[in-house]
Amino acid sequence: MTRTSPRPFSVRRLPGFTAIAITCFVLLYAPIVTIVIYSFNAGDSVALWRGFSTKWYTVAAGNQIVQEATLRSLVIALWASGISTVLATMAALGTTRARNYRGRTLIYMLINQPLMVPEIVTAVALLIFFSSIKIATGYSGLGYLILAHSAFCIPFAYLPIRARMEGMDLALESAAADLYATPWQTFRRITLPLMAPGIAAGAMLAFVVSLDDVIITEFVKSAGQDTLPTYMLGQLRRAVTPEVNAISTALLALTVLLLTVFFILSGRNTARS
Amino acid sequence: MTHETAIAIRGVSKIFGPVETGLKALDNVSVDIRRNEFFTLLGPSGCGKTTLLRMIAGFETPTNGAIELDGTDITAEPPFRRPVNTVFQSYALFPHLTVAQNIAFGLEMLGRGKDEIKATTAEMLALVRMEAMAARLPAQLSGGQQQRVALARALAPRPSVLLLDEPLSALDLKLRKQMQIELKRMQQDTGITFVFVTHDQEEALTMSDRIAVMDAGHILQIGSPRDIYERPANRFVAGFIGESNFLDGTVLAAGPPARIALGGGQELSIDTADSPAAGQPVTLAVRPEYVLLGAFDAPGSLSGRITNLIYFGTDMHCHLTLDSGEELVARIPSGLSGKEGLETGAIAGVSFAPGALRIVGA
Repeated sequence: MTRTSPRPFSVRRLPGFTAIAITCFVLLYAPIVTIVIYSFNAGDSVALWRGFSTKWYTVAAGNQIVQEATLRSLVIALWASGISTVLATMAALGTTRARNYRGRTLIYMLINQPLMVPEIVTAVALLIFFSSIKIATGYSGLGYLILAHSAFCIPFAYLPIRARMEGMDLALESAAADLYATPWQTFRRITLPLMAPGIAAGAMLAFVVSLDDVIITEFVKSAGQDTLPTYMLGQLRRAVTPEVNAISTALLALTVLLLTVFFILSGRNTARS
Repeated sequence: MTHETAIAIRGVSKIFGPVETGLKALDNVSVDIRRNEFFTLLGPSGCGKTTLLRMIAGFETPTNGAIELDGTDITAEPPFRRPVNTVFQSYALFPHLTVAQNIAFGLEMLGRGKDEIKATTAEMLALVRMEAMAARLPAQLSGGQQQRVALARALAPRPSVLLLDEPLSALDLKLRKQMQIELKRMQQDTGITFVFVTHDQEEALTMSDRIAVMDAGHILQIGSPRDIYERPANRFVAGFIGESNFLDGTVLAAGPPARIALGGGQELSIDTADSPAAGQPVTLAVRPEYVLLGAFDAPGSLSGRITNLIYFGTDMHCHLTLDSGEELVARIPSGLSGKEGLETGAIAGVSFAPGALRIVGA
């Protein structure tokens, strides 16, 4: 004789769970799927299907303004993710490798501040701040955008690195020191290799976040400094062409690729420790 | 016989936090650890044993006092300049390095030649019987195997002293017993001084050449396992190492033999020269296995009522209340004959094996 034990609680058996889940996924992905499909539209309209073609990709790729904006976006994202990752790594070392000290919570909050302050506020603040520097120095290059992006990318780079380091046994560094490794050798041979997946994940996330930023870029950029997202915004103001769909799809593909790598890296994060 | 001193702890104190109000983990501790001995720091958690070990390794600095290694003051040396290696409680194996790379790490940091590193690593792998696992990562090993790698890694640079911080506490009982024997064997094979920290008195008794019993930042007694067990210096040691019965009484005559009055008009005679003066209160300790039960009217014995009998397989624990009102436990081997009269509620005569009663303080 078998007795049926009461089934454990599962949110999946709540009434309507499946329906709500499906609705949410449709709402999330239907617009994206539409954009992807219409990026392959042969016609000029964004709403009328005229057959399959990759012509808008060719058009976008051949557009010199798009080329320049793409290059600019990549340059900014590379610099910003690089700078913010280095800073975030140092911040993570400072907040996890030292004995608990007073004010650590405050420091966490300060590091993560860009996540909490409304982006528009940061944007306006940077606009005013940078314009006075511009007037004082006369410099109006990409440096402002790179600095601005580095600043708001720091928490995105910091969080995965910190998560990685918090899972690391502090005794590992003691063990290295015990085995005659100087502090620099300990960092080089033990700490850095172990935090590397976290650093890589942080850099990816910072890169993606920088790549698709609109608000701060729009406020800080000088004339002729359009990035890919601000160029697209400008295009939409005039006329919507399938070219924008094609660019969006390309950007989407890149982002998905980078985020996949990010998740693989942070997955290793937990598996290792 | 003279002994060379490997580590000399000289009046070491450690206060965590502000000096006035902080936590005093060690209070003016001095001890000489001899070369080539298996020395154990034994005590309950929070007694300061791990702090003392971490100080020898260099992870803590003494608030006061000095630490000497082979006659050199190393108090101010950082861990990576001390020829001392540690087996950590969590093992702390480097998760991104293989077993062989873990073992070779210390040798590499010392800048040894490639051939020597290779040879020593192979030798260590053989010592801990892990040759087959050389290419594995620590995550692919069982707890016992990780323990062995941690040991090999710490032994590879041939330290003058090996520190072991409760290395067996994460293992199950059977593996622990096996590792106890292996550790002892390795200590004898390598001739390296082992300083072992544990809260497990049985572990300390079976493995050590000498034991320092610690409590509340002090060393209470240092001696061989036999010394500590059979001649505990005070009530704490008698109670912490093995089981003890304690009897409170008053000295009638200092002797020898000393005569002690217990409550209820009962009297004991102890063959000791260091009894307090007549009229002083004393505490006596006796191990349960040295309590002998007999007929209640046997001459020279105390008498008590049996309150509980607990069967343990190899022996039986007999709980008694003496006429003086004190509680006592006697351990009777199962093979012993003449247990017929033992039943709850019966009156039994209680006597003690010669030399079993010890004065452990007032």
